[in-house]
Amino acid sequence: MGRGGATTFQQDLRNSDCIVIMGSNMAECHPVGFQWVMEAKQRGAKVIHIDPRFTRTSAVADVHVPVRAGSDIVFLGAVVNHILANGREFREYVEAYTNASAIIDPGFRDTEDLDGLFSGWDPDRRIYDTATWQYEGLDVLPAAAHAEGAAVGEAHGQGSSLHGGRPPSVDPTLQHPRCVFQLLRRHFARYTPERVEEVCGVPRDMFLEVAEALCANSGRERTSAFCYAVGWTQHSVGVQYIRTAAIIQLLLGNVGRPGGGILALRGHASIQGSTDIPTLYNILPGYLSMPHAGGGVQTLSGYVERTSAPGGFWGHSDSYIVSLLKAWWGPAATAENDFCFDYLPRITGDHSTYQTALDMADGKVPGFFVIGENPAVGSANGKLHRQALAKLDWLVVRDFCEIETASFWYDAPEIETGELRTQEIATEVFFLPAATHTEKDGSFTNTQRLLQWHHAAVVPEGDCRSDLWFYFHLGRVIRDKLAASPLERDRPVLDLTWDYPTSGPRAEPDAEAVLREINGWGPDGAALSSYTELRADGSTACGCWIYCGCFAQENNQTARRRPGQDQHWVAPEWGWAWPANRRILYNRASADPQGRPWSERKRYVWWDGDQGRWSGFDVPDFKVDMAPDYVPPDGATAEDALRGDEPFVMQADGRGWLFVPNGLVDGPLPVHYEPHESPCANPLYAQQANPARQRPRHRHNPFNPASEGRGEARAFPYVMTTYRLTEHHTAGGMSRTVAYLSELQPEMFCEVSPELAAERQLVHGGWATIVSTRTAIEARVMVTRRVAPLRVGGRIVHQVGLPYHWGQRGLSTGDSANDLFPVALDPNVHIQEVKAATCDIRPGRRPRGPALVALVEDYRRRAGQAPDPGADGGRA
Amino acid sequence: MNEHGPRVGFFTDTSVCIGCKACEVACKEWNGVPEDGLDFRATSYDNTGMLGANSWRHVAFVEQARPVPSGDGGGSGVRWLMSSDVCKHCTRAACLDVCPTGALFRSEFGTVVVQADVCNGCGYCVPACPFGVIDQRKDDGRAWKCTFCYDRLGAGLEPACAQACPTDSIQFGPLDELRARAARRVSRLQEQGTAEARLYGHDQGDGVGGAGAFFLLLDDPEVYGLPPDPVVTTRDLAGMWRAAAAAALSLAAGVAAVFAGSRR
Repeated sequence: MGRGGATTFQQDLRNSDCIVIMGSNMAECHPVGFQWVMEAKQRGAKVIHIDPRFTRTSAVADVHVPVRAGSDIVFLGAVVNHILANGREFREYVEAYTNASAIIDPGFRDTEDLDGLFSGWDPDRRIYDTATWQYEGLDVLPAAAHAEGAAVGEAHGQGSSLHGGRPPSVDPTLQHPRCVFQLLRRHFARYTPERVEEVCGVPRDMFLEVAEALCANSGRERTSAFCYAVGWTQHSVGVQYIRTAAIIQLLLGNVGRPGGGILALRGHASIQGSTDIPTLYNILPGYLSMPHAGGGVQTLSGYVERTSAPGGFWGHSDSYIVSLLKAWWGPAATAENDFCFDYLPRITGDHSTYQTALDMADGKVPGFFVIGENPAVGSANGKLHRQALAKLDWLVVRDFCEIETASFWYDAPEIETGELRTQEIATEVFFLPAATHTEKDGSFTNTQRLLQWHHAAVVPEGDCRSDLWFYFHLGRVIRDKLAASPLERDRPVLDLTWDYPTSGPRAEPDAEAVLREINGWGPDGAALSSYTELRADGSTACGCWIYCGCFAQENNQTARRRPGQDQHWVAPEWGWAWPANRRILYNRASADPQGRPWSERKRYVWWDGDQGRWSGFDVPDFKVDMAPDYVPPDGATAEDALRGDEPFVMQADGRGWLFVPNGLVDGPLPVHYEPHESPCANPLYAQQANPARQRPRHRHNPFNPASEGRGEARAFPYVMTTYRLTEHHTAGGMSRTVAYLSELQPEMFCEVSPELAAERQLVHGGWATIVSTRTAIEARVMVTRRVAPLRVGGRIVHQVGLPYHWGQRGLSTGDSANDLFPVALDPNVHIQEVKAATCDIRPGRRPRGPALVALVEDYRRRAGQAPDPGADGGRA
Repeated sequence: MNEHGPRVGFFTDTSVCIGCKACEVACKEWNGVPEDGLDFRATSYDNTGMLGANSWRHVAFVEQARPVPSGDGGGSGVRWLMSSDVCKHCTRAACLDVCPTGALFRSEFGTVVVQADVCNGCGYCVPACPFGVIDQRKDDGRAWKCTFCYDRLGAGLEPACAQACPTDSIQFGPLDELRARAARRVSRLQEQGTAEARLYGHDQGDGVGGAGAFFLLLDDPEVYGLPPDPVVTTRDLAGMWRAAAAAALSLAAGVAAVFAGSRR
């Protein structure tokens, strides 16, 4: 659809007629936002929870659908098929607002033709050539760009076209065999209710109830919403889970409309903010892509050519990047020196967190900063991370307390087993105490793109300092040390504008000055109001183009706190949402092609012919005076190249993409692949798992055998999945140290069904040991009917539920669930698959010391894995 | 009910409780209630166990196996009930009746509060409570329980638990308004097919004269650990004293009669 954020906001859920929560345990992990789900339910909405476990969300939902972890695309794909086979799509919306009519390249071959692969697969390099996925007759990406394949995932809101533009050939009747609509029909035809029953373990009736509820609650008069979280993303085919939901929502006409949309629920206070102004290696602020050393053209004009689009707001990528460079390098950035474009670092490949850990374990990374993370507990395959940390020269950890990532060198589980020895670890660890959000000024960007300012209430104690203080003064000291350097390579650091005002005895930088730079200013130095004011001539500066306007009129818009009851229900004067304070994205789609609300009940943004402008409850996500009947003249560019009835303004063709010709590395349409580790063979295709998934071979990253097709998988016959509890915070650093939270969930436990407990002699309240080929952990046993055994493909599949909050430190201690999981990643965004893998479970506590290693070795022998645990062959 | 303004109460609608325990944490944070032990109880997600001196809110978790309704495809064969329990602030409060020091008192808001600096730790109130709410701390034996955030009420704020509750399961307000709201809610739920919805503690004719903190439940009170028919334990006190006095008089009369007879 075009932007890397939730299309709607949580308060809007109250307008939904049907809410599907899938891949999320919203009540437990987002209890505050869940109030609007409850409000919708009280207004009569149907609330459906689809999840392997019956959770606190299921407890208050109208329907809970237990599903096998890792089979969601079969379920969602069957909804797509149900819609198409029964003509339940919102036809006018689909015809007008999606790319259903686009005709795809004649060379395209579907997974139907190639038994689970698309055309363009290169089995040696294990990547796709996407040339045949394009709109027919349109230029394709230059070959050099493919080297960046794995690096483009997050850029431009996870997959919009940088090239392309409007499809040259379309069939408005949607009948052409190569038009997207027909490709979709054919592709999803095998996703039937019978397959859902067979693969997901969901009875047909239950599936049909959900599919019908979605169809019945969509259309002109009604809307349905999807809520998801990391239950979808943390899979080796995670991006395609979300894609399938996007297809459903586009077919049903639920995007850009009140009560509709897809709500990406973020698990931290500012996870959305950390991709907007990224902590990711492959994007710059505002989802601009990071330049690549192997990308061919290394000039600013070459970068702009590759990142701009002929239609839509990416047509201004030159303004966005030049304004960013001006914000960073100020007067030093001039038209003559390409605005210091050469100062930007170049990436050379995959530098994501897991690749970095693997490199670290191989001794290729000398130093490491860890802030707001606890990878020794929170990342998949904790042993890999601890082994990697032990290979560093130095490590900086900034946190509230000494977390496991800082203490690994003397209390890691590997110290107990003898796999690491303190006296042999040369890593110099710097633990620096951090200030909390109540001790510093700043903003959070929450799950719905909403920036909310927080003010320091108290001064941090002792040596605790804000992140802003730390980085500002670190930069200042580095610049002081380099001040006399004659080396050209030091110019990017020395030429940076690094002049934030400071105050107080500790010289705390002014956080609002940083926000103002992010917002940007014009030629007169005054704060800008909108990203439409940005220019590519160097006259404007802006630290993040999508945040432009957050400091409009020289006011911190993010600090607005006008109570909701004093405004209309959208409450636009509470905080500030990117972009341009819009709360629902693509909201032009809430009106029909002529600009009239689809229905009185669902009116939101509409064309006001008298005023000659778009009007409504929200900031229109459209050029405000572009009439619905506008047709772009020849030579029009950017948003002016889109028609007045094309609402997806970030896409080069203004359409919502049912079929993604460009931007994804593992396919233009979603496909069910089994998880990297699965007890089941893929019943839909010969291709077992996502062929493009990342599965790094490393001595510290062995894999369980893939499927039951190979008998040895019986060593690890069960499915395990991780999750969070309301009572704890992610990797536990902020909750295991707090008595009031620790007492509410004081010990690591596992959730198993009564049937599995009987099968493995597990005693409720006793202990169990859970084993994978990485390690074994112990947990208290919670036998509960909330975890149901599922009938999958004629046999019973048991699932083991594992909260992942625990580690060896704090008031409440326990083994870490993530230690069991491998590093197997989604190829688009490098996210780990910890929502589905295989394991064994046995009664009693785990062995201590070297005996633990021996137990895991024994399992590996039984699984036929030694001597090369990293190997996996064949067409897996 | 008094010159200070209407009696206030809690209406806890368990049908919208999501078991987040924000009420437990908010209560402890505001009132400085100590940690109550890091014990894994293997009782669903309840590791608090019961109300006590160091837990003034307690969320019960009840997992029930239910027959899967055939035909409509809904349900997993499981129901998971959650309910946040608290002191009932009874209209006829036995703890208050038995307190010898006046540490327990009826506040101007109609709530029942213990004054920690007056309590002498005698513990009479503990067995007097028909709900098992009030409890002594092990350190010096003084009794503690929910104060209905007496300090917050005085400052015009709602109690911490109600403010923290994200789904409005815990509702605070004038008791009369809450009772009317609860009656509407329970009939709405019943109309929507939740036949098992019922109110608990709202009836002024019950054994405690009606509770200041009452509940909408989805099953029998016993399922949540609540007594089905609570009775103020001091109900029969006056009668017992009368009986004792009568017995004493009879005894005295008998003794007198014996002495009178022996003079003969």
